[in-house]
Amino acid sequence: MNKHTYRFSKTAGEYSTLFSMIAALCGCSGILDPAGPVGNAERVILFNSLAIMLAIVVPTILCILGFAWWYRAGNARATYAPHWAESGRLELIVWSIPALVVLFLGSIAWISSHELDPAKPLSSNTKPLEVEVVALDWKWLFIYPDQNIASINRLVMPVDTPVHYRLTSASVLNVFWVPQLGSEIYAMNGMTTELNLAADRPGTFLGIAAHFNGDGFADMTFETQAVPAEDFSRWVASAQADGPPLDEAAYRALLPQSSHVAPYTYRTVTPQLFDHIASRLFPAGDGPDLAQRDAESAEFADARAR
Amino acid sequence: MLGKLTWDAIPWDQPLPLLSAGFVGLILAAVLVWVVIKGHLPYLWREWITSVDHKRIGVMYCVLALVMLVRGFSDALMMRTQQALAFQAPGFLPPEHYNQIFSAHGTIMIFFVAMPFVVGLMNFVVPLQLGVRDVAFPTFNSVGFWLTAAGALLVNVSLVVGEFARTGWLPFPPLSELKYSPGVGVDYYLWAIQISGVGTLISGINLVTTILKTRAPGMRYTRMPIFCWTALASNLLIVVSFPILTGTLAMLLLDRYLDFHFFTNEAGGNPMMFMNLIWLWGHPEVYILVLPAFGVYSEVVATFSGKPIFGYRSMVVATMVICFLAFTVWLHHFFTMGAGGDVNAIFGIASMLIAIPTGVKVYNWLFTMYQGRVRFTCAMHWVIGFMVTFVIGGMTGVLQAVPPADFQIHNSLFLVAHFHNVIIPGVLFGAFAGYTYWFPKAFGFSLDERLGKVAFWCWFVGFYVAFMPLYVVGLEGMTRRLQHYDQPQWHPWLLVAVVGALLIMSGIALQITQLVVSIRSRQRRRDVTGDVWDARGLEWATASPPPLFNFAVVPNVKTEEPYWGTKQKARELVRLSGEPVYEPIEVPRNSPTGFLTAFFAFFVGFALIWHIWWLAGLGLAGAYATFVVFAWRDVAENVIPRDEVARIDRANRLARTLALEEQPA
Repeated sequence: MNKHTYRFSKTAGEYSTLFSMIAALCGCSGILDPAGPVGNAERVILFNSLAIMLAIVVPTILCILGFAWWYRAGNARATYAPHWAESGRLELIVWSIPALVVLFLGSIAWISSHELDPAKPLSSNTKPLEVEVVALDWKWLFIYPDQNIASINRLVMPVDTPVHYRLTSASVLNVFWVPQLGSEIYAMNGMTTELNLAADRPGTFLGIAAHFNGDGFADMTFETQAVPAEDFSRWVASAQADGPPLDEAAYRALLPQSSHVAPYTYRTVTPQLFDHIASRLFPAGDGPDLAQRDAESAEFADARAR
Repeated sequence: MLGKLTWDAIPWDQPLPLLSAGFVGLILAAVLVWVVIKGHLPYLWREWITSVDHKRIGVMYCVLALVMLVRGFSDALMMRTQQALAFQAPGFLPPEHYNQIFSAHGTIMIFFVAMPFVVGLMNFVVPLQLGVRDVAFPTFNSVGFWLTAAGALLVNVSLVVGEFARTGWLPFPPLSELKYSPGVGVDYYLWAIQISGVGTLISGINLVTTILKTRAPGMRYTRMPIFCWTALASNLLIVVSFPILTGTLAMLLLDRYLDFHFFTNEAGGNPMMFMNLIWLWGHPEVYILVLPAFGVYSEVVATFSGKPIFGYRSMVVATMVICFLAFTVWLHHFFTMGAGGDVNAIFGIASMLIAIPTGVKVYNWLFTMYQGRVRFTCAMHWVIGFMVTFVIGGMTGVLQAVPPADFQIHNSLFLVAHFHNVIIPGVLFGAFAGYTYWFPKAFGFSLDERLGKVAFWCWFVGFYVAFMPLYVVGLEGMTRRLQHYDQPQWHPWLLVAVVGALLIMSGIALQITQLVVSIRSRQRRRDVTGDVWDARGLEWATASPPPLFNFAVVPNVKTEEPYWGTKQKARELVRLSGEPVYEPIEVPRNSPTGFLTAFFAFFVGFALIWHIWWLAGLGLAGAYATFVVFAWRDVAENVIPRDEVARIDRANRLARTLALEEQPA
């Protein structure tokens, strides 16, 4: 899952080598080793902002240490001006430095907030793939409305094709996050959010639930597979041929809390399932089953004893 | 009879909390027995528990904070250990226990360590710096403290009776609703915070009134010390924002107790409303904590640089700008909600704006050292450690104010590293600096400098070793609050972080040692002059510890640094100014009102958590009766006779005169 090699990114321009070297140094698989245009752009913004601020922060730290050391009480060569406590000129500079930095960074924030708005479609000649994401306790449901299939805990997508996600939650507040692709987004009950991502190289990436959502939180991960277009078609065909149908009864069977659900697919999906969940027509998750929770505690104690 | 409370509420199957609680209980019992046998109980009751003296209340706030720091830190140590062990393994804490621990850690550190520490310092110092004899509402002040203590007690009781919340330090619905959290954990959280929140609001009202209405003659706003300005800003924020917290949590309580639907998934509830409201309190809360710490740094850096604070007017403006902007940035806690480019950009830029006045403050401290004579005392170590570390934390904060950058680090350990990188140096180092700096003022002897400096280095290095790795794993995509994980690249960093936590533990152990050693050798460390640091503020114009009435004669303020001026003049003439005319002084009488109110409030909270309705009714009736008895009191003040005032002041004047005559020419 985690490739420790670095590669040259196509879009990050001149920073690419440097970033990849840093990524390689810390063995990164996260946001410093992006695999798509959104992740790349966000990494550039992260490093640009950091560089702008370091230009101020490093001299400031050096001044703090330098002044403290030079003006130490024992230093006879240092000037002592016991009454000097005001200087309009210095105060002007002192207000200007952070103000200028903020002006600069604020412009970056304004432009990038609009360019990288999660709801904004990615520019591409390829027609985006539609995926509807439902966060459940504690598994992810991915519905492919155009292919009329659904997948649990595994997100498969073609490389170099933009993916348009619509997200909601059939339970508590959740966050959908594939660090190497970019941009987290909330999945909220009774609401729909939108996200646009793409992968520019094949690979398997870690997907995470990034907002604490109860006892099964740590296991609520999913596998993201970016595959060549022909592999994707093959996967769709095999999913359409196999697996149970996702109708209302099958959806209700997903509502009880459960962890460690191995990935599987549904061969058909009942029409407008996502909209019915997002509009609260279908109920939200059941919450904890107390008897089951006690059983799991006992299981944990056993595992620890082993 | 006992509502939901049964023997099963005690977690017999979990040896860890039971053992630790038993251990703490044993220590408490031992202390109590010692107090009773030695006959200290009447003294404690008379001089501390029923005291309405702002200095005593301030000290008790700080003691509460230090005790809870140990509790909050042991939670932190358990979390770090769990994450170090839980690589492809279950670790030693099951999820339902681990989740309680990180929730308790955050709740305790913010509400019962950071808050009481800064409120305690403000209570102790502000009236002294303003040159007044007491706060505006002394008994009300005592009620505020004891309610905070009652909240802290409730949190600790949850360790052995029932459970604590498993929803994080802010209980986001719908997870915190009855459906997803049916246990008593969230109720413990809610009632503890409601009770202590009222206490904080009381303290805020009291200090705002004190600063606005009871300054010494001539103490104009433009002559107030920076610490008083930051205290004013902080308490204004408390008065405005704490009602939001209380209201929001009250709505969640209505959801949980009376089947309302403010934040539920069903019946039109909107969980995101909770998120907006809680951060509308939560972000100002950050400045409530950090502004008084900025005030401490301003006092300490001026004293130990031997110069007035640089750019007084800039400092005041910066403080008030932060106070105002605090309410304009709450949305940056959830850029990832998908609110769109305009909303995100506006809140991002608003958040960055706060960096401007904060940056100004850093530069002003820098220029206070410039052409000064910096004495590297223990308190000054905390200040320099803070300045260096805080600019890094500030930088990573501004980084997250850029929405697309935040999209990739929100809720990750990068965020966790960031807010510890501002709160630990920003608030905690400030509290420690204030503790070291004002300890001799409160007790008349100073803390051991050498042990204090070693403790500082443990904290300072420990902080970097513990939290820099968290920045890295955050960038590697690790989210916060994971009970276990399978990613091998995260593991080494989390092992390093444990070493940092152990270093911080050594720092805390050294601080405890420092306190014990200093108390045992207090005769040797006695300061009789009341001005042990050669400091500048009015609090140093009186004896250490200050007499009950603070000042024998209320000072008449004519400059920004009245005490410094008087002291310089006395040094030139090698004698103090003429003896003033003493008058009898009225001081407020002690009252058990605060203690009793909180005693009843604790039982109201406990009863409501366990649905023991009769006890809740009884507790409310008791609290009301306490209030009525207090309101109908006949005598509110004691008079200290003139001779007594003169005797106390002459003793201090004699010590100061002797010190003057000993000074090098």
